[in-house]
Amino acid sequence: MLVFVLRRLAQAVIVMLAVAFIAFMLFQYVGDPVNNILGQDATPEQRAQLRADLGLDKPFPVQFARFVGNAVQGRFGLSLRQGRMVSSLIAERLPATLELAFSAALIALALGVPMGVYAALRRGTFLSQTLMTLSLVGVSLPIFLIGILLILVFAVTLKWLPSFGRGEVTMLGSWSTGFLTVDGWRHLILPSITLAVFQLALITRLVRSEMLEVLRADYIKFARARGLPNRTVYFGHALKNTLVPVMTITGLQLGGLIAFAIITETVFQWPGMGLLFIQAVTFADIPVMAAYLCLIALIFVVINLAVDMLYFVVDPRLRAEKSTAGH
Amino acid sequence: MKFKRTLLTASLVLACGLSSAVTLRVANQGDVQSMDPHSLNESLQLSFDNSIYESLVGRGKDMSVVPLLATKWRQTSPTVWRFDLRKGVKFHDGTPFTADDVIFSFKRATDAGSDMKGYVAPIKELRKIDDHTVDIETVTPFPILPDTLTVFAIMSKKWCEDNKAEKPVDRRKGIENTASFKANGTGPFRLKERQPSVRTVLVRNFNYWDKVESNVDEVVFTPIGSDATRVAALLSGEIDVMEPVPLQDIERIKASAGTTVLQGPELRTIFLGMDQKRDELLFSSVKGKNPFKDKRVRQAFYQAIDVETIKSRVMRGAATPTALMVGPGVNGFQADMNKRLPYDVEAAKKLMADAGYASGFEVTMNCPNDRYVNDAAICQAVAANLARIGVKINLQAETKNTYFPKILRRDTSFYLLGWTPSTTDAHDALYNLMATPTDKGQGQYNLGTYSNPKLDELTAKIQVETDKTKRNEMIREAFKVHLDDVGHIPLHQQALAWAYGKNVTLTQLPSNYMFFKWMSVKGK
Repeated sequence: MLVFVLRRLAQAVIVMLAVAFIAFMLFQYVGDPVNNILGQDATPEQRAQLRADLGLDKPFPVQFARFVGNAVQGRFGLSLRQGRMVSSLIAERLPATLELAFSAALIALALGVPMGVYAALRRGTFLSQTLMTLSLVGVSLPIFLIGILLILVFAVTLKWLPSFGRGEVTMLGSWSTGFLTVDGWRHLILPSITLAVFQLALITRLVRSEMLEVLRADYIKFARARGLPNRTVYFGHALKNTLVPVMTITGLQLGGLIAFAIITETVFQWPGMGLLFIQAVTFADIPVMAAYLCLIALIFVVINLAVDMLYFVVDPRLRAEKSTAGH
Repeated sequence: MKFKRTLLTASLVLACGLSSAVTLRVANQGDVQSMDPHSLNESLQLSFDNSIYESLVGRGKDMSVVPLLATKWRQTSPTVWRFDLRKGVKFHDGTPFTADDVIFSFKRATDAGSDMKGYVAPIKELRKIDDHTVDIETVTPFPILPDTLTVFAIMSKKWCEDNKAEKPVDRRKGIENTASFKANGTGPFRLKERQPSVRTVLVRNFNYWDKVESNVDEVVFTPIGSDATRVAALLSGEIDVMEPVPLQDIERIKASAGTTVLQGPELRTIFLGMDQKRDELLFSSVKGKNPFKDKRVRQAFYQAIDVETIKSRVMRGAATPTALMVGPGVNGFQADMNKRLPYDVEAAKKLMADAGYASGFEVTMNCPNDRYVNDAAICQAVAANLARIGVKINLQAETKNTYFPKILRRDTSFYLLGWTPSTTDAHDALYNLMATPTDKGQGQYNLGTYSNPKLDELTAKIQVETDKTKRNEMIREAFKVHLDDVGHIPLHQQALAWAYGKNVTLTQLPSNYMFFKWMSVKGK
């Protein structure tokens, strides 16, 4: 077990370095922040001076080495755009993104599993056909379109819900939460639904197909043969086995939710990390972009690691073999 | 019954008393980056900080220079100006405003981390005469000193020292600064709450030295980056004012019952520039010579561009075609000279033939796609126009982050640029855009190196001429030289657009500054 974990950790470090390296290569193409910082009235010397002071005139390997050296010590520097510590900027934004991602994941699970089960058990009925069609729509519609449609209907036309922002937040230490106020909940509804739609559709379809598979398995036939009531067969035996792969996928998708909240956050002006990243890109704010990409890579690595270890615990076969259960 | 009525009246009065706080909710596509008025030379930031901090002189509703923290000023010699400071003004924390604050603020604005260095560069030193008088000495005679001072905010010496904010934040040193998220000015509004990128709340300063015509008690400023969401928030009544308005949504907002749009010309002029220096263009099919050195080619390009169609199609009417490099509202704008050469494809073809390019040529055009209103679309329209005189344009449209470094290296043959003179004076455009580049910063944005010694000479004279009539005469002459040479191809001044609820009254300035002190909200 220990060897397994250590090996995974070593791989994680390599993944992080690779991400940082690729991110830095990309920065060579996002452009030059100097002109954004200094504005039109600066002299050529001022520009050259700032470029030198920021280390942007150094060759790429030197810039990268310096970044890694600082990042290892947890230093990401100052945002070129805001003149504030990148770490405190991210710490401010992280709660918003996490609350949004978890709400979306919760919606997707709470609705997706029952819908998938229903569609599997009542195959061919009108309702389950409708659910499947809707889930297809959900998988194919782009997120920004869903968001804008929701705003148009619920904010502009019906005026029921707010169209942007987080509303009133409460500070719990350094964590800002929107869960404690009515206003915060109202603001959360549209963005979390928007972000959940794709996952919801995915989970519905996944649960349905897994459930259908499991229902064909021998042990279900035996369970029926024993004369167990349908309820016990479906929810006691079939659903339990269905949920193993669903849990894995959901875990991995959670990382995706956090990382790809960018679009939802942009549409709803949700003050999370995705919005921070987009703003950083438009300004070529390199320290913020680098820190964000590394953090997202870290989240993915941690979730992957956790999932792998869960497998290890759940599936006894893995313990016997030397497996590296990669994804 | 009577008692009941009294009770009712009392509770009504109470209710009114409680709800009488008037809130103005403002949204912009971006956030104000910092509360520090010396940290960033960007119009949104300067505009917003202007409600909290004030300068010695300010702008009136007609863009004229008006007294703010200075009541009077006069020149005591060609290079020395004496400013009488307003008495009885207090900062928001109660500290009285004196000459020491002015001198401190000047030092602060010259610091390495300051972005206001350009504005204070013409100033040699400040001298305190007494608590309410300062002398400002400039390096050379500098006739537009008061205009320049409108962007130079005064901070409290004591407050900055108490908060360890004596210097603006220097991004290179990696140390945060209190002045980035707290504020203490003399302006009509105080900073109450600051959540970067979420909301910033200002409240009225009831100890303000002047009467304020606004009825607003509280301003809530929210950045909303997505155009569609910003429009939706206005239509649903969650915000009162927003800008900029996406061009395609203007009609929709006007058609909606409770909202409207106010459009006005902006000071920014959009124009095209051509490389007139190199003997062979970097990116062209013409080898061994530079077609843009020939005035006939430049004029052919000019006359082949259908600027009215660009205005009506690309800009949906939100542009004012121009013949000059500065727009109305800029000091030195010459209304009678603002006549474009006619759009005439045949004349353009003839000019091309006379110059020896009857069959046209190929050239690369550089263009930003996220800097000005519909910038890339304008370039596409220009390319289509030029195709009619046989010029094949290879259009390279890209983000401002890669565009500006490239054109500032002068890696371009033909480009589009927009310019707002930051001093709102014609000299700024002459010096930066039209004068021959030097290593001292002159002609820094004259990216095609248009050069005429006559214009250079006039520019130098205009800089130090303090007689207004003579100065204006020289500006006219310089513009004429540039027009005769077809040094650049001016296209238009883009319009700025603010959308707001019909219960809001406001004043729009061509500089796009939004002054909350001139905004009121009715019916709340």
